[in-house]
Amino acid sequence: MAKSIDVSDVNIYYGDFLAVEGVNMTIRAKSVTAFIGPSGCGKSTVLRSLNRMHEVIPGARVEGKIVVDGQDLYAPEVDPVAVRRQVGMVFQRPNPFPTMSIYENVISGLRLNSKRMNKSTADGVVEKSLRGANLWNEVKDRLNKPGAGLSGGQQQRLCIARAIAVQPDVLLMDEPCSALDPISTSAIEDLIHELKSDYTIVIVTHNMQQAARVSDETGFFNLKATGEPGRLVEFNPTKKMFSNPDESATEAYISGRFG
Amino acid sequence: MTATLDEKSTDSSLSGKRPGDAIFRGTTLAASLLVIVFLAGVAIFLAVKGAPALDAGPENLRDKANVFALVGALLFGTVLAAAIAMIIVAPLSIGLGLVISHYAPRRLAKPVGFLVDLLAAVPSVVFGLWGIFVLAPRMQPVHEFLVDWFGWIPLFAGPASGTARTLLTASIVLALMALPIVTAIMREVFSQTPRAHQEAALALGATRWEMIRMTVLPYGRSGMVAALLLGLGRALGETMAVAMVLSTTGVITSWNIVSSQNSNTVAAFIAQGYKEASPIRVAVLIFAGLALFALTFLVNFLGRAIATRGTVKG
Amino acid sequence: MSDHDDLSGPDLATSSSGVPVDVLDGDIVGPRPGDTGGQGRLPRMAAALIGVGAVAVAGLLWLLGLGLLPAVLLGYVAFLVAFPVWSLAVENRRKATDRLVTVLVWTAFALAMIPLGSLIWTVVRRGAPAISVGFLTDDLSGRALIEGTGGIAMALAGTVLVTVIAAIIAIPIGVLTAVWLVEYGKGSRLATVITFLVDVMTGIPSIVAGLFAFAFFQVVLGAPLPRLAVGGGVALALLMIPTVVRAVEEMLKLVPDDLREASYALGVPKWRTIVKVVLPTAVAGIVTGVTLAIARVAGETAPLLLIVGTAYTTNWNPFDGAVSTLPTFIYGSLNRTGGQYGAAWTDAVWGAALVLIVIVMALNVVARVIGSVFAPKTK
Repeated sequence: MAKSIDVSDVNIYYGDFLAVEGVNMTIRAKSVTAFIGPSGCGKSTVLRSLNRMHEVIPGARVEGKIVVDGQDLYAPEVDPVAVRRQVGMVFQRPNPFPTMSIYENVISGLRLNSKRMNKSTADGVVEKSLRGANLWNEVKDRLNKPGAGLSGGQQQRLCIARAIAVQPDVLLMDEPCSALDPISTSAIEDLIHELKSDYTIVIVTHNMQQAARVSDETGFFNLKATGEPGRLVEFNPTKKMFSNPDESATEAYISGRFG
Repeated sequence: MTATLDEKSTDSSLSGKRPGDAIFRGTTLAASLLVIVFLAGVAIFLAVKGAPALDAGPENLRDKANVFALVGALLFGTVLAAAIAMIIVAPLSIGLGLVISHYAPRRLAKPVGFLVDLLAAVPSVVFGLWGIFVLAPRMQPVHEFLVDWFGWIPLFAGPASGTARTLLTASIVLALMALPIVTAIMREVFSQTPRAHQEAALALGATRWEMIRMTVLPYGRSGMVAALLLGLGRALGETMAVAMVLSTTGVITSWNIVSSQNSNTVAAFIAQGYKEASPIRVAVLIFAGLALFALTFLVNFLGRAIATRGTVKG
Repeated sequence: MSDHDDLSGPDLATSSSGVPVDVLDGDIVGPRPGDTGGQGRLPRMAAALIGVGAVAVAGLLWLLGLGLLPAVLLGYVAFLVAFPVWSLAVENRRKATDRLVTVLVWTAFALAMIPLGSLIWTVVRRGAPAISVGFLTDDLSGRALIEGTGGIAMALAGTVLVTVIAAIIAIPIGVLTAVWLVEYGKGSRLATVITFLVDVMTGIPSIVAGLFAFAFFQVVLGAPLPRLAVGGGVALALLMIPTVVRAVEEMLKLVPDDLREASYALGVPKWRTIVKVVLPTAVAGIVTGVTLAIARVAGETAPLLLIVGTAYTTNWNPFDGAVSTLPTFIYGSLNRTGGQYGAAWTDAVWGAALVLIVIVMALNVVARVIGSVFAPKTK
C-alpha cells in the first residue's frame, strides 16, 4: 500500500508571502525520509503541503505538482479530505481528543467519517493499530480511560495508532519527538523503524542525530537569505548526506556551524 | 493491512462530492444573517409602528405639544437618573473590585466574587420590590436631611417627598442593579494587571495604595471606563426599577430629585403605559422606545470603541 | 528591600529579623530615606481600638438625642479621620494615605454589600411565609382573584412556557452564529459586521425588545393588541441571542487548533470536525453560557408587559391568549397591595419574588457546577 510521492516545482504561499520556492524531490515508498534545516526554513510547510493541511490556514496555497500513485493531489477535482485519508499525519504536540477514551481515539478517524462497523471489527482495528504503535501492552487494560490521561510519549504513540487506524499510504510526522523525553523518543524511533515496512514515512526533525538514526534519505532545507523564501538545498541518501554532502551549506549545518 | 477494512483499498479515487460541508456552512451562515435580519427588524418595525406618533395630538402626549417634546423630557429624566446611578456606581464598583482583587484575603475574595456574580442575576422586578418596600421608607429621613441642609443645590430643592418614591431612590436602586455587573468587569480588569508590574512597584518600596495607583489603575483605565459605560447603558435601558419605585404624575422636566414631582424615564414611561389600548398612544410608546434604542446604541458604541482602543494599546 | 540608611551590622540584623516585610500584602514597613515623620508602627489592634472609640462616639451622640443615621455617620467620620491621623503621628504621611484608602475601599465594599444583602434577606423573610403547596399549584381564578389568596401556578407555567420558547429560538441561532463566526467567518468583513451587530444587540434595552415583539405581531397578525406567549418568547429570544453568541464564541475559541488539525489530518470533513470534535470539547462551557442566558431572561419583566398581557389562569397555548409569568405577575399585582385584601396580595407578591429568585439562582448555580465539573481535561 505504501506509495511514493513525486514533488515537482512546488511553491508554497501564505497569502502573498512566498514561504517555500521550487521544491523538487521524489520520496520513495516504504522508506523514511527526513526533512532537516534551521527554524523557519519551510520544512514543516512542505510537509503540510503533502496532505493538503497547509491550506487549512486562511490564505495559504500551493502551486506545482505533488503526485501520489499517479494522481496529482492538487488537481482541481481532488477532495482535500480524501487526500488526508490517504496521507496521515502526526503532530509536534500529542493531541488526542480530550473528550474520547483511548479506544475511541484510535477508531476516531473511522467513526468521525461515519464508517459503519460492528463491534468485533472495531475491536480488531483498535488492537491492530495499538499493536502497530507499540502501545497495546501498556493500555490494553484501560482502553476506556481518557486518552489525555496517558504520558506524553504514550499520547504520541496513541496519535500514531489513530493515524494508522485509517490505513493511510503515507505517514507524515511533524517533529513528533520534540515534546517528549529521551526514553519516549527512543520508543517512537523504534516504532518508526517498524512502520517503515508498511508505510512511506516523512519526518520533520530538528534533531540531526534523529535524522541520521531513523531516515533512509534526507532533505536539507534552508533560506536563500534572510527574508527570502525557503528552498530544498540538497536531497540525498542519509548516509551520503551525513558523510559527504554535495553542498557546502549542508555540511556547515550538519557540522553545527550554523542553525 | 487489508483484512479489516477492504472498502478502503478499493476506494482509491481522491475525488468525490461532500455536500455535508456546504450544507453545514450554509446553515451557520444563515443563522448569522438572521442576526442582521433581527436587528433590522427591530429598527424597521419600531419605526413603522412608531411613526403615527408624529401626528399625535397633545391629548395623547401628556399635554405636550408634540412627540419630540414628550420624548425629550423623558430622555432628560433617563439621562439624569442614569447619571446619578453612575456617580454612585463608580466609586463603589472600584472599591468592591479592589477588595475582591487585591484587599480581601483569598478565602474571602472567592465567595464574595461568587456572591457578586449571583447578585448580577437577581431579576430587576425583585430590585423594584425591595426599592418600594425596604429602601424608600428608609430613604425618607435622608430626603428630609438633604432638603434641610443642601436645599440650595437645585437637585435637592425639595419639598421632600413624603414617600421617598423619588428619582433619587430610583437612581440608587438602578445603581445597585448595575453594581454587580460593573464590579465583575472591574475585578477582571484589576486582576489582569501583570504581576511583574505590581511586584516591581512593591520592590521599590511602594505601599499597597501606591502600588495600586502606580500600576493597577493606569493599566486598567480603559477597561474601567468601558465597564462604567456598559453599566451606564444598562442604567439607561433599565425599566422596572424606575417604573416600580418612581411615583409620577405628569411628564415634566425637573432637576429636583427629592420631591414628589419627578422627571420620568423613557423605559419606565413605556412600562407604566403597558395597559394602553388606543393605537395612537401605543405608537407614542413605540416612538419613545425607538429614541431609547438610539440613545443606548450610542453609549454602547462609545463603550466598545474605548474598550477596543484600550486593548490595541495593550 | 531594606531601606535603612545605615546598613551596619546591628541595624541590619534588626531589619532582617525584627521588621516584618510582607510583600504580597504590600505592607512594606520601615522608613525610607527622605521620609519625614515617625519611624514607628501602629499596634495591630489600632483599627479595632479606633473602631470601638468611633462606636462609642456614635452611641454617645445617639443618647444625646441625635438621629440614628447622623450618629452612625458621624461615628464613621470620626473613624475615617482618627485612623489616618494616628498613623500620620506615629508612622508617616505615605502610610497614613495608605491606611485612609484601605478604610475607603472597605467602606465601598460595605456600602455595596449591605443593600444587596438586605435585598436577599428581605425576599427570603417576606416570601417564605407565603410559600405552600397550594401557592405553587393553584391559580387565581374565582374568589382568589379578588382576595389574592390563590397561587401562582399560572405564572410558573407561563414563565416556563415563555422561557422555553425563547430558548428554542435563541439557542440554535446563537450557537450556529457563534460557530460561523469562529470556524468559518474568522477575519472576514461579514464577520466583523456581525460581531458588531451582536454587540449592538447586547445593548438593546429589554423594554425595546418587548416593543419590537409587540410591533412585529401587530403587523403579522393584524391584531390591534396582540397578547400571546410566543410574542414574549420572541422578545426574550432577542435578548438571549447575543448572550448565547458571546458565550459560545468564547468557548469555541478555547478549543485548541491542535484538535481541529488532528481531525482534519484523519480525513474528517470540516463540518464533522466541528460537530464531533470541536463542539463536544466545548460542550461544558456552552451549556454553562446557555444556562446563564436562560436564567437572565427568565427573570425579565419589561419585554413581556406589552405582549403577553395579564392572565389569572394557566394558559399553555403559546399562540392564543394572554399568559402570566412570575415577573409580570409581580409587577401587575403591585397595585393591589393596598386596600382591603392588600395583605394577601403583598404576601403573594413576595412569595412570587422568592420563587423567581430561587429559580434564577438555581439556574446560575447549576450552570457554574456544570462548567466546573464537566470541563474536559485539556492541558
